[in-house]
Amino acid sequence: MNFKLFAFIFTLLSFFSCKQDSYQLTKIEGKQLSISDKIPVDSVIENFIKPYREHVNIDMDSVLAYAPETYSKKDGLYNTALGNLMADIVFKQSNPVFNKRTKKNIDAVLLNHGGIRSIISKGKITTRTAYEIMPFENSIVVVALKGNQVIDMVTFLSKAKTAHPINGIRLVLDKNNKIETALIGNKPIEASKTYYIATNDYLYNGGDKMNFFKPNDSVYKLNYKIRNAMIDFFKKTDTIRPKRDNRFIQLN
Amino acid sequence: MKRRQFIQKTSAALTLATVANFGLQSFSTVSKTKHITILHTNDVHSHIDAFASNAAKNANLGGIARRATLIDQIRKENPNTLLLDAGDIFQGTPYFNYYGGELEFKLMSKLKYDAATIGNHDFDNGIDGLYAQLPHANFSFLSANYNFENTILNTHVKPYKVFIKDGLKIGVFGIGIRLEGLVNYELYKETQYLDPIEITQDMTRILKTEEKCDLIICLSHLGYYYKNSKKISDIKLAEATKDIDLIIGGHTHTFLPKPTVVKNSDEKNVLVNQVGCYGINLGRIDFFLDNNKDKTTNGTSIIV
Repeated sequence: MNFKLFAFIFTLLSFFSCKQDSYQLTKIEGKQLSISDKIPVDSVIENFIKPYREHVNIDMDSVLAYAPETYSKKDGLYNTALGNLMADIVFKQSNPVFNKRTKKNIDAVLLNHGGIRSIISKGKITTRTAYEIMPFENSIVVVALKGNQVIDMVTFLSKAKTAHPINGIRLVLDKNNKIETALIGNKPIEASKTYYIATNDYLYNGGDKMNFFKPNDSVYKLNYKIRNAMIDFFKKTDTIRPKRDNRFIQLN
Repeated sequence: MKRRQFIQKTSAALTLATVANFGLQSFSTVSKTKHITILHTNDVHSHIDAFASNAAKNANLGGIARRATLIDQIRKENPNTLLLDAGDIFQGTPYFNYYGGELEFKLMSKLKYDAATIGNHDFDNGIDGLYAQLPHANFSFLSANYNFENTILNTHVKPYKVFIKDGLKIGVFGIGIRLEGLVNYELYKETQYLDPIEITQDMTRILKTEEKCDLIICLSHLGYYYKNSKKISDIKLAEATKDIDLIIGGHTHTFLPKPTVVKNSDEKNVLVNQVGCYGINLGRIDFFLDNNKDKTTNGTSIIV
């Protein structure tokens, strides 16, 4: 605004100003301040955080197991050593919990390829490794599905042609991408039988276009986080031995 | 630089006008300008430490110990400052997994936060997990459209709070996002979500008419704006309501080049602001109020 004009209007208005009851807004200024490393740290706050940070770091960096190689979710077409490890861990860690609660056993495990967020580097496996692979808070759920929905599930896998981590499932595609073999627990899928499929709550709720978990006979929430299952498995394992195998393959 | 010049000229004009006022009129009252500073964060997501120098994104940015220094400086400049957070304080670093939000609340208390609203991730350890951390928070939790009556949070979260700074009344109320489909039911339990627009209309009536607030601020976790969607957002809330001066938003992790000015249902300006996420920015809004009524017939100048 023109300064002189502003002052003029201002003065003019002042002539008519007679009372001053409530306060009114005249000007608003807005800006964003970057918290950059040019701002010095507040030492009181920094010292308060320090013991918490040290505790977290000691725990995060504590060695749980050893990896003889580096494993990536990209080291295979339809199944990978890392994905197989994840699905196998979910089975091994959650089946005892599920069995104790229901007297039933998990028939198969399905996770998603996109849910593996990092590699396992050769060398020490720490708690931090588990956080890097699985930063999300997803928990394990077991869904009771009828055989025909399990067929939908393997059909989904055959079309996705992605190395979604699986356990308990054997899937073979022929060279025309048709299902040649689809087994659960080494047996053909029976349409009317109930199968207990372990997955995570994200996929159960339709994540990654997995729409076959609903409706279902029942769902069991184990309140067991995938990350914690990994940490528990690493703690009792000296050296991990993940392998790519033939659980999901395509024939030439 | 230009802004500074403008301010200097404006204060010169103010002095001039005051002199003129004395010289030409017989009133004995002096016009006074009051200055309120609002500082705000959103979606800090447990980012207590700054990003590492080798981080792929946001390297060397953020960190609550630096934010503390900046807030201290601003408070020294203007003691009439409010510090607010628009939710999603929790979840994002191991600090949350290890301490469940205790450290976040303790640090926000040390920084003298005045109020926060509740984001969807603040339910990540369940409503019980949030409740368990409340003793560590020396600031108010505000939410007007979550009805916590049948939950453990009943009476621990207020719809609004009126702060008095330099004799001015600043009404702050909280608005949260629909939890169904976003948060597992087991986590939010019997928390009832109420319509943001209806509740905001109630709030502004109470704060304007009953509490006679000089400024009204909405702390929202609705999200800035959703393209091609009818979903309620800060922009839509601003357009559909009246008497709000500022909406401080969150949820969408929106980085804005500057605060957005929106026309409300009375054709008056509302500021909508959000400062991204992870504590890498601090929002600052300065309000200048004057008790010389005629001076304000010119309207409010907004410098963003």
